[in-house]
Amino acid sequence: MSAETKTQTRYEYGGDEFVFVELSESMTLEAMFKGMAITNKLAEQNREGIIDICPGNASYMIRVDPEVLHPDELISVLKEIEASLTDYEETTIHSRLVDVPILFEDPWTYEALMKFRVNHQDPDSTDLEYSARINDFESKEELIQNINDFPFLVSMVGFVPGLPFSFQLTSQEKQIEVPKYVRPRTFTPERAFGFGGAFAVIYPVQGAGGYQLYGTAAAPILDVEQKLEDFKESMVYFRQSDILRYRSISMDEYERIRKEVEEGAFRYRTREMSFTPKDVMKNPEEFASKVMRRLYDDQR
Amino acid sequence: MINVKEPGLMTTVQDNGRNGYYSFGMPPSGAMDKYSFIVANLLVGNDENAAVLEATYLGPTLEFDCETTIAVTGGEIPPKLNGEPFGLWKPVHVEKGDVLSFNFVKSGTRVYIAVAGGIDVPIKMGSRSTYTLCGIGGFEGRALQKGDLLKTGEASNPPASTEITLSEELIPKYGNRHEIRVIMGLCSYRLTEESKKKFFDIEWTVTPDANRVGYRFKGEPLEFVEREQPFGAGSDPSNVTDLGYPIGSIQIPAGIEPIALLNDAVTGGGYATIATIISIDLFKMGQIKSNDKVKFIEVSLDEAIEARKELNGKLDKVKETIKTVSIGG
Repeated sequence: MSAETKTQTRYEYGGDEFVFVELSESMTLEAMFKGMAITNKLAEQNREGIIDICPGNASYMIRVDPEVLHPDELISVLKEIEASLTDYEETTIHSRLVDVPILFEDPWTYEALMKFRVNHQDPDSTDLEYSARINDFESKEELIQNINDFPFLVSMVGFVPGLPFSFQLTSQEKQIEVPKYVRPRTFTPERAFGFGGAFAVIYPVQGAGGYQLYGTAAAPILDVEQKLEDFKESMVYFRQSDILRYRSISMDEYERIRKEVEEGAFRYRTREMSFTPKDVMKNPEEFASKVMRRLYDDQR
Repeated sequence: MINVKEPGLMTTVQDNGRNGYYSFGMPPSGAMDKYSFIVANLLVGNDENAAVLEATYLGPTLEFDCETTIAVTGGEIPPKLNGEPFGLWKPVHVEKGDVLSFNFVKSGTRVYIAVAGGIDVPIKMGSRSTYTLCGIGGFEGRALQKGDLLKTGEASNPPASTEITLSEELIPKYGNRHEIRVIMGLCSYRLTEESKKKFFDIEWTVTPDANRVGYRFKGEPLEFVEREQPFGAGSDPSNVTDLGYPIGSIQIPAGIEPIALLNDAVTGGGYATIATIISIDLFKMGQIKSNDKVKFIEVSLDEAIEARKELNGKLDKVKETIKTVSIGG
């Protein structure tokens, strides 16, 4: 289904204010960790003229004031950094593990996806049924179980404020891959949990969207008013390198969490964890089970 | 205080934009036509990045509850004070109880209304700009509504003389056909050579789907190079592994209709981007409306940087005119 693409870094101008760097055409952990290392190094240099540093899935993007820092000068700096990256696989990443409760097959995304069947590859199935079938799962329940079993690494934040693109920590054969809608929807409910390409996402706010819809997250991921404790420092919760475990919950638990959110008492369950890219890439599933043990305080 | 008697079609508080949060997925928002925006501020003695009102197509009706100076710049949406027409691109003195309103749009799309002292709304992440999708910034995170009361701040300088006349070259004219300069790149390798050429040959028509988020164009379908899609990209030939979208970047979902992403756009996604509008021509986009015709012109990075310098030169001339007239008067 997917081609093996040679990793060849491309440096491109995005108008006069952006430099876009593609490390790989296909999604790989290697490209993501490499981009993370390069953008971290660039940030450390504190260079004048840089407005934004945006790490992505298998690429990254820098916004500059071109009259202060010429994009060509930036490109040569980036090439130098890339050439100097000999030990990025061994560099320690301080990450946050987060338990993210999801109500799968919820009434709200169901209503939305039924409204847009004509925009879909398969108007006669639901998004979950279709995704399970094309990924060779026996049933939609099995697909949900697969999402539940292995956590996801946040590889990019964007699209709209706080939306985490997350990539499952499992072997490529077990990874779910689905197309986006043939024509994007004009409506997606707030906190919808979706899947597109190899990425799981949560839509922070209501809006347009093209990902397959599977469920709804119980807790917010963007808090503009910054009322919840977890959002005191930033209205956006997730960051690149966070590891999210999408935990399938019941309607009862969903309602309990909604009440906690409304009362301002909700906090995400989180744990700290340090690792190196090598730990992850060597054996993603072994790493995933380590994550699960740490997140749920299981010492086995 | 300014009393919003009629909000107009889409009137928002905007300043220079919320820059520095793109990696959070936060677009900059801010005034679309920055040239008109800055000149409006200069004319009333504001800091050039002070917050103003940006009105689209249909201007608002505003009542002032104290004496102040205002200036209207941008598209030709003729302003009136107590029903009397007055000129754009010059400061106007208003008395307590005066009412600002507008006639129908003659050319362009957006006007900028600067008030001495700037529109005073809370600063959110370094900016007063409105980002309506998430309800961030501006007046309660939304477009103005009837009955809203806007506060104004303290002006940093005295306003320009009401006698001032900016020279012709400093006042942009907006027609119905536009040339928009772009730098080719990003994922343009995904288009066939023939389609790349076609992209520049076609005179595109702006669809009704044209707002602060982006503009969609109608023309002819374009084709992508056939390939086995890389892992993570999704199955359509216009799909790529989700990546960051520069402000002003152009994508063509399924090769059907190009979309140019603007101030309130999404910051990333899974469609191949093929070119980016140069920063100076993003200002021009703010004055383009549905059914206008657009031709994209390929330029080099150095030409784009040169265009920035040219525009700064124009702004210097505006500042000079203001200074000369105030000394002379």
